[in-house]
Amino acid sequence: MTPAASIVARLPQHGPLAFVRRVGALVRRHAYLLLKSWPRIVSMAYYPTVTMVLWAFLTLYLAPKNDFLRDAPGFFIGAVLLWDILFRGQLGVSLTFIEEMYSRNLGNLFVSPLTLPEFIAGQLTMSVLRTLIGVGGACLFAWLLFRYSIFSLGFPLIAFFVGLLAFGWAIGLAVSGMILRWGLGAEELAWAAIFLIAPVSGVYYPVSVLPGWLQGVAYAMPSAHVFEGMRAVLLDGTFRWDLLRNALLLDLAYLIFGAWSFYAAIRYARKHGLLLQMGE
Amino acid sequence: MPAPHPDDAAIAVTDLRKRFGTVEALRGVSFTVRGGTTTALLGGNGAGKTTTLSILLGVLAPTGGTVHVLGADMRRHRHRVLPRMNFTSPYVDLPKRLTVGENLRVFADLYGVANPRARIAEMADEFELVSLLKAPYGNLSAGQRTRVSVAKALLNGPEVLLLDEPTASLDPDIGDRVRTYLEQYQRRTGCTMLLASHNMGEVERMCDDVIMLRAGQVVDHGAPAELLARYGRVNMEEVFLDVARGRGEVHAGAAAQEVVT
Repeated sequence: MTPAASIVARLPQHGPLAFVRRVGALVRRHAYLLLKSWPRIVSMAYYPTVTMVLWAFLTLYLAPKNDFLRDAPGFFIGAVLLWDILFRGQLGVSLTFIEEMYSRNLGNLFVSPLTLPEFIAGQLTMSVLRTLIGVGGACLFAWLLFRYSIFSLGFPLIAFFVGLLAFGWAIGLAVSGMILRWGLGAEELAWAAIFLIAPVSGVYYPVSVLPGWLQGVAYAMPSAHVFEGMRAVLLDGTFRWDLLRNALLLDLAYLIFGAWSFYAAIRYARKHGLLLQMGE
Repeated sequence: MPAPHPDDAAIAVTDLRKRFGTVEALRGVSFTVRGGTTTALLGGNGAGKTTTLSILLGVLAPTGGTVHVLGADMRRHRHRVLPRMNFTSPYVDLPKRLTVGENLRVFADLYGVANPRARIAEMADEFELVSLLKAPYGNLSAGQRTRVSVAKALLNGPEVLLLDEPTASLDPDIGDRVRTYLEQYQRRTGCTMLLASHNMGEVERMCDDVIMLRAGQVVDHGAPAELLARYGRVNMEEVFLDVARGRGEVHAGAAAQEVVT
């Protein structure tokens, strides 16, 4: 009897190359979807761009009357663009997952050799791509319309990007887990969850303006440390390594929690038979 | 049925149990599937066929019991054998906005097919999908989707193939061609197939063994010819009705009595 494997040559199934290939397959699947739909690409950049334009005009209006904005005219634009890194980073994970649920494809994926870490790595990779498209579009318009370049932040921009993106991933994974657990009825969470932490992230104001008890909550968020760091760069011209360290350590903790939540939801789905039933 | 030894069979299921809240979907199911054979899982709606297949694939955790596929414990080591397996089911879809070709390419990469383009072309040719490769999957008819799903299931040249109603929605001509391809594929490769189907003609034609399920238990098993003789019926549809309506034991008992007398 000829073994079945002999009629179709298969590439190695274990090791880093297999990991990259399977993650690449997931990215390919979502890239096919994105590249054939310009409205999808436009919609990714639309919201960040419109928000940026609003804050830019507000800055133009207030700057002549306000010393603070005269000294740091890119303050609000920089803040809104960084906030969108967090928001897009989270959406990139959650929407990639929702897309699989809508298309009732989870069953096919989870009976394939794709492992859970690979599935998560695929979501995170798509999150980076979606964030670059969404925020990149807004950055381009910020330069074209207002001559503001986010790259004027210099090296700290990379640190802020990493700090915010990782927090977005953590929230995105937790939200994906909740959607898996409670079904597409919980889809609204993908859009709304991030706004729960917006007031305590100190995006447009320092954490010090919050009531004392809320400052404690704020400093438990990596985003608050990143935005404090942004203000230090824009207003004082200094880069606060301590804030970056705090943000990254908190990111790590939240990422562990996000991944654990997602794993727990998958365990629940396996126990209750949700993986083959999920869909529109 | 004696407890199967995992090493002797391509698929070995032992005392499989699954409870959903107060509902016992599987109540100690045990069976083996010999390598290179096709076995049917038969039973009415809610008998436990899809639950059994889901546990075999590792997407549903059993409450108790063990499942071994190609010698690997599916609870602990399923990723060792998943590249050597595949499945198709009308209850699982592919992304609708991707074309047929794109969908097959994604799954070829997931399964690590060495030459994906050639293999996709081969599958497209086999299942008359060449003209559909550039069509969005969502635009296809139910029968065309079923063919794509079967092509996807064969992309990686599986050694174990789980088929949940593989010819549902196909017209008799295409259904016959799919069955013929599966039979030829098995002869060529020695693939082990486990088939859940409501098409009794398909079962009689393709299957070496039949496992009859009712209310989460194996109530009978044997080759189609043996079952026909045991129940005194002329086709598997009548056997199925006997089992589904709880008349199986009567006929089996009568058959045993005839043998005794």
